[in-house]
Amino acid sequence: MAVFDGFEPVIGLEVHAQLQTDSKIFCGCRVQYGAEPNSLTCPVCLGLPGALPVLNQRAVEYALRVILAVGGTVRQRSVFARKNYFYPDLPKGYQISQFDKPIGEGGGISFTLEDGSEKTVGLIRIHLEEDAGKSLHPESGEPYTQVDLNRCGTPLIEIVSQPDIHAPEEAYAYLVKLKQLLQYLEVCTGDMEKGHLRCDANVSVRPQGASELGTRTELKNLNSFKHVEKALRFEIERQVGLLTSGSVVEQATLLWNEKTGAAEMMRTKEESHDYRYFPEPDLVNLVVDDAWINDITGAMPELPDRKAARFISEYGIREYDAGVLTDSRPLADYFEAVMAGFDDGQAAANWISTELLASVKESESDIADYPVRPPMIADLLKRIKSGEISGKIAKEVFAEMAATGKEPAAIIKEKGLVQISDESQLEPIIDSILNAHPDNVEKYKSGKTKVFGFFVGQVMKETRGQANPKVVNDLLKRKLDG
Amino acid sequence: MSDYKTISATQIADDVREGRGSAVDFTSKALKLAATEGRELNAFITLCEEKALRQAAAIDQMSPELRAKLPLAGVPIALKDNISYTDYPMTCGSHILDGYIPPFDATVVTRLIEAGAVIIGKTNMDEFAMGSSNENSYFGPVKNPVDRSRAPGGSSGGSAAVVAQGIVPLSLGSETGGSVRQPAAFCGLFGLKPTYGAVSRFGLTAFASSTDQISPFARSAEDLALLYRVVAGWDENDSTSVAYDHPDYASVLELDRKLKIGLPKEYFAEGIDADVAATIDRARQALESAGHTISDVSLPLTNKAIPTYYVIASAEASANLARFDGVRYGLRESNDRSLEAMYSDTRESGFGPEVKRRIMLGTYALSSGYYDAYYNKASQVRELMRQEFEQSFKSVDLLLSPTSPTPAFKLGEKIDDPLAMYLSDVYTAPASLAGVPAISIPYGESSDGLPIGVQCIAASFGESLLFQIANHLVPRA
Ligand SMILES: [Zn+2]
Repeated sequence: MAVFDGFEPVIGLEVHAQLQTDSKIFCGCRVQYGAEPNSLTCPVCLGLPGALPVLNQRAVEYALRVILAVGGTVRQRSVFARKNYFYPDLPKGYQISQFDKPIGEGGGISFTLEDGSEKTVGLIRIHLEEDAGKSLHPESGEPYTQVDLNRCGTPLIEIVSQPDIHAPEEAYAYLVKLKQLLQYLEVCTGDMEKGHLRCDANVSVRPQGASELGTRTELKNLNSFKHVEKALRFEIERQVGLLTSGSVVEQATLLWNEKTGAAEMMRTKEESHDYRYFPEPDLVNLVVDDAWINDITGAMPELPDRKAARFISEYGIREYDAGVLTDSRPLADYFEAVMAGFDDGQAAANWISTELLASVKESESDIADYPVRPPMIADLLKRIKSGEISGKIAKEVFAEMAATGKEPAAIIKEKGLVQISDESQLEPIIDSILNAHPDNVEKYKSGKTKVFGFFVGQVMKETRGQANPKVVNDLLKRKLDG
Repeated sequence: MSDYKTISATQIADDVREGRGSAVDFTSKALKLAATEGRELNAFITLCEEKALRQAAAIDQMSPELRAKLPLAGVPIALKDNISYTDYPMTCGSHILDGYIPPFDATVVTRLIEAGAVIIGKTNMDEFAMGSSNENSYFGPVKNPVDRSRAPGGSSGGSAAVVAQGIVPLSLGSETGGSVRQPAAFCGLFGLKPTYGAVSRFGLTAFASSTDQISPFARSAEDLALLYRVVAGWDENDSTSVAYDHPDYASVLELDRKLKIGLPKEYFAEGIDADVAATIDRARQALESAGHTISDVSLPLTNKAIPTYYVIASAEASANLARFDGVRYGLRESNDRSLEAMYSDTRESGFGPEVKRRIMLGTYALSSGYYDAYYNKASQVRELMRQEFEQSFKSVDLLLSPTSPTPAFKLGEKIDDPLAMYLSDVYTAPASLAGVPAISIPYGESSDGLPIGVQCIAASFGESLLFQIANHLVPRA
């Protein structure tokens, strides 16, 4: 628990996760990011008069997966409701959501904090709803706003946590764990930058040790992992500042501005919306029976802990590496794809968790669309194992693969990087080096065997690192000791 | 032409199927009448001449084998202008949909066309189906064909007038709280409000989604049954539609048993017109002498129906009409000022006073602090009313009542008194809230020669019995 000037923060998070279904929640339109504006629309998601919603069963299944995975309770008969407000990117003038009878309640998310302690954040509810479209405000100051309704009707689940979070770092860890879970459940990409995961927070502070809650504010637009902690710290400090200066916190909604690094007042309590929720008469109650729940439970994807255990037993890798590799679903998938073409699990784990991850991080890309694909890594690893190239050369080849996306074989051939293991090729080189350095040969023979490394270095330099180190060692020993 | 104005849809379809009559010929007659008499009544908002003639020609050119399968072969029909039909404007009787042309057909339209019906036009209506006199239309009131100084009823006034005038033998209106039964009574027609969920709402502009049903008008029980069979049925595009094995209603019109019929005493309270009361009495006597058993029953919640209906329908309407905001289609005002100004000016000039009144009423009923007292309470009463009907159908087969407290009133008579107007739904709103089917049967006239309607209400999916009782009370000429 973090303490700010004697105050304890109390934070609850509301996370909207976009479900990765093929089609929208109430119509057959495709869900796709970055398509031509308004190309993925139909009378239903455009809110044309007379169009009616029909619930996408796949979206329900995805919501059920999440509810069951977090240990929540599925409501057997849940109700959709209309949330009424006017906005140009909301074609019907209401959003179909769930209100007092959500599909899921309870459960929790457990995670490990930096200091190694375990923490569980309880969940209040998980409900299904449709996304709105997007308003595009032109940068150049044109006096109009454009609306893209492609996103309109994309299925979302809203996951509302209990106010169990007491530090910005805990909020971050909660989100990381939630993203991992959603990815593992194959229900959401977890991509915050693309808006597939969006976060709002309810924040209040209270004197340390107090049990009563302070006045809370709603902080919106925490839309990147980088900014969640920063925004929460900003708001906590703002509230503590108000209270320590004898002022009060007012109930309000604030909008986090990434550019200015500050939260801006959006509306006060007086200006708050009355959404006038009421049951959606165009949809019947959503009934989930035991058979459906059993189907979902039976087909639940493998979650991180079980996957790590399987990696250890199936591929013989160390527990630590299994933890690293199962940290994110795309990374675990990458590892398994490499293992489809290679047989040394630990060698693959070593390479992926060091070279590959460093390179992915450096290029600020995502493992899922990193140019070096798993079969290429498997190919590279096989070449190291067979002795065709050394580990050192392999790093050079890999750098080239990452930069160009070319296959290892092409790079090795182009650059002439094949390892030299042929003694008849290495012997003349070694001989000429020994001849050129009689003083060092003398030192070695007088017992100063440390100079052995000097000779190895010279051979490597001469062969541009392509000499097989083991063959070089053997040859040198034979010549110097003989 | 005079033959055409009284011919049944059943007869037209027979003639066209057998090649004795041509769909183009019937359609041309309908279009001609629509352009003359229809215009005088102000019954149409749009005529669909080009597509109608094309559809009719296609039916005439069809092979006899294919044509023989069309239950409505070449039958001209009119649609209330809140039902989506591609290529022609849909106005819902409002200014706010200016220029809007639906890009998709309502499910009922698809079914009509597949059945061989020919859509000749879109009919005038109270704006967004809100009204009981058709005076709330942006396009002006419709005149009652029986007496042009009187209202045809509403909100489906145009669809009632065109059938009563003989322009088409069939039409579709829509019901929310009596919008087909009451105009049927006012114009001397048969009008059915189907079981909720029996007819797909896909393509029907929503007023109150939980009671809206597309509903047919006809000049005989047989024609009504014929049209209902075509439009009824489950639809994957409407989650509230119900799968039900509909019989061929028109072929089972004979009532082959003695019925137990209940007279709900609450429907005969104050405010009922003497001629209307006398008509019900005659119907009662006719049924009794035919061997049916009539008994008094009580539905105590009837007097809660009007407030309950207006709270629920207005609440749903306040959300359903939020989409008319000037952003994507229809009217847009004050585009150069601000978003707020665009919204409020568009809705200010786009909606008429009755629509605004109901949006405000509904918004209020749903707002924080009032939700429990209004919307929630009304929903509870509604559930009790449903149970009350269910209970009564354990002891009787049908309920018999007037359709409307009075025959057609004068245009202008009630337009400044919303409450009096709302009370004309007093006998129709209960079945709408309960979701059960009800029919209005033209049964005699008032001393002024105005038609009077008798209403029969059945249990859910009791339409077959409703067609039979209608055919029994008013046998085919
Ligand atoms: Zn769509």
